[in-house]
Amino acid sequence: MSALPADLVETPPLDPERAIEGRSPWQLAWARLRRDRVAIACLIVIVLITVIALAAPLFVYLTGHGPNEEFQTTGLTPDGLPRPPSSTFLFGTDSLGRDVLVRVVYGARISLLSGVLASTAAVIIGVLVGLVGGYFGGFVDTLLARLMDVVLSFPFLLFAIALVSIVGPGLWISIVVIAFFSWASVGRVVRGQTLTLREREYVEAARSLGASDVRIMFVDILPNLIAQVIVYLTLLIPAAVVFEATLSFLGLGVVPPTATWGNMLADSLAYYRVAWWYVLFPGAALLITTLAFNLLGDSVRDAFDPRGDRLFRR
Amino acid sequence: MVSFLLRRIVLGVGVLWAITTVVFVMFFVAPTHVAQLIAGRQATPQTVALVSQRLGLDRPILTQYLDYLWRLLHGDLGYSYYNSTPVTTLLWQRVPVTASLALGAAVLWLVIGISSGVLASIRPRSLADRVVTASALFFYSMPIFLLGLILLYFLFYKLTLAGFDLFPGSGYVPLSEDPVAWLQHLVLPWLSLALVTAATYTRLTRGAMLDVLGEDYIRTARSKGMRERRVTSRHALRSALTPAVTQLGIDLGTVLGGAIITENVFGLPGLGQLAVQSVVQQDQPVIIGTVILAAAFIVISSIVVDLVYAVLDPRVRAH
Repeated sequence: MSALPADLVETPPLDPERAIEGRSPWQLAWARLRRDRVAIACLIVIVLITVIALAAPLFVYLTGHGPNEEFQTTGLTPDGLPRPPSSTFLFGTDSLGRDVLVRVVYGARISLLSGVLASTAAVIIGVLVGLVGGYFGGFVDTLLARLMDVVLSFPFLLFAIALVSIVGPGLWISIVVIAFFSWASVGRVVRGQTLTLREREYVEAARSLGASDVRIMFVDILPNLIAQVIVYLTLLIPAAVVFEATLSFLGLGVVPPTATWGNMLADSLAYYRVAWWYVLFPGAALLITTLAFNLLGDSVRDAFDPRGDRLFRR
Repeated sequence: MVSFLLRRIVLGVGVLWAITTVVFVMFFVAPTHVAQLIAGRQATPQTVALVSQRLGLDRPILTQYLDYLWRLLHGDLGYSYYNSTPVTTLLWQRVPVTASLALGAAVLWLVIGISSGVLASIRPRSLADRVVTASALFFYSMPIFLLGLILLYFLFYKLTLAGFDLFPGSGYVPLSEDPVAWLQHLVLPWLSLALVTAATYTRLTRGAMLDVLGEDYIRTARSKGMRERRVTSRHALRSALTPAVTQLGIDLGTVLGGAIITENVFGLPGLGQLAVQSVVQQDQPVIIGTVILAAAFIVISSIVVDLVYAVLDPRVRAH
């Protein structure tokens, strides 16, 4: 429920000396989030990953290794195998003699970009469809609800694979596919909320004042859903990151030689016996990212609705 | 009850029809030129036209669509472009592998998820609870293929190096041929799929158990002097299992997705591997076949879940 304890602050007979400052739900949520040490740690980790991703060219500059540059002599052993971590290659090299550190850093760009873009798109579509369906009801609602049912019963990974087989792999098609299979769950929640919110008195009041449907949907109803939408967004991002990595892992995502955590791990499948670093670094990067977002999403949910169910109680 | 079942089946058939239509549009109406793809890049326009005619692709779209639905109704999924085997034969060959993987993993994730959830809920905020919830979060965030790689490294590679050749790194042996080898080949795939999925069940069971344990009838049971073990196992767990049942339906439906990844990591010749292979080979009838099979599976398992639900909870039937 998005019924936030905004009205907890009852106005007592005002004593101008000791006026109680009213706090908006946002301020309350932020205050709770700030006290949550795990949430702050996750936020720091996410900011750090973002900074590293943005500063990827800096790593190229510092190491002198391009992300797709193959070091046939220095980067490979005489037998042609990857080299372990050393002072030249901090995270070791891969099967083609490329610097794993630089590639992990560049992989962060793909992961974050696809994760954030795909979830944002999914949330926008989900909110629009959910609002329209829930607000108008009737035939439109039935149609949209059935549409969501169909999307949710799609064998999504298989379908994504089939789609990629037609359109050809790539970053943008991955993002579209991820968004397409993620919006319906958001849509369902938003629709359910809208169904109850549209019966509230303030919506009736707005309507009697002559507010248009669009205005009621976006100005009166949507703000009450924002908290939930933000929680959904934070929890969709790690799912989208894993989805992108999975597509790349199966060779159906971003096309090599562009580095992604998924395609690095796919390559490492043939080399994990001789090159543990080839699994460890991209794997750790992926796991830390998804963990940080999942934990943060959990805390955000808790901050907006302390009585609500946590995904994982601590 | 019968009308409830009928309504669900009609709805399921509707969803399935929608999916097959989308698949048809994707593959046959989309701008990609199937005949061109099959004939090859250097084919002359005459060859392309011939291929197009052979496959019936030069007929009006509507005729093609009706023909496609008609054949689908008769269980005819066409022939593989790659080796001309009937798609149904190809699919049936792969079903035992994926079924072994999925069912074994499902048993494992149910056992792990529910028992750890119960364990955590008995003493909330205890050490056991914290360990369980922390590991649930850990596995919840873990991509299946990454866990697969980690298991391969430690339980296959390191263990084999240490002289314990327990779990092979890849391949599949049919159950009928050698049950022990079948088991050995499947333990690691089962674990990768099950641990990742079990996290959701841990969470659901723990939450439901905590809710149920606060109910009046549990207090009544306790005040009658019933042993705590019996209270949790007989009274609380029974009603706390409902969310797990719903989740099982969803997960069994989408298990093919997880199987695609697992089969690729562990080299299991199942439906998932077939799907990825046929995409690489641009073998469209096979891709379509796997998508439709998977969709049918999802629809059927959602009907089964609704049925189980209706049996468990009579209120559902009324709606």
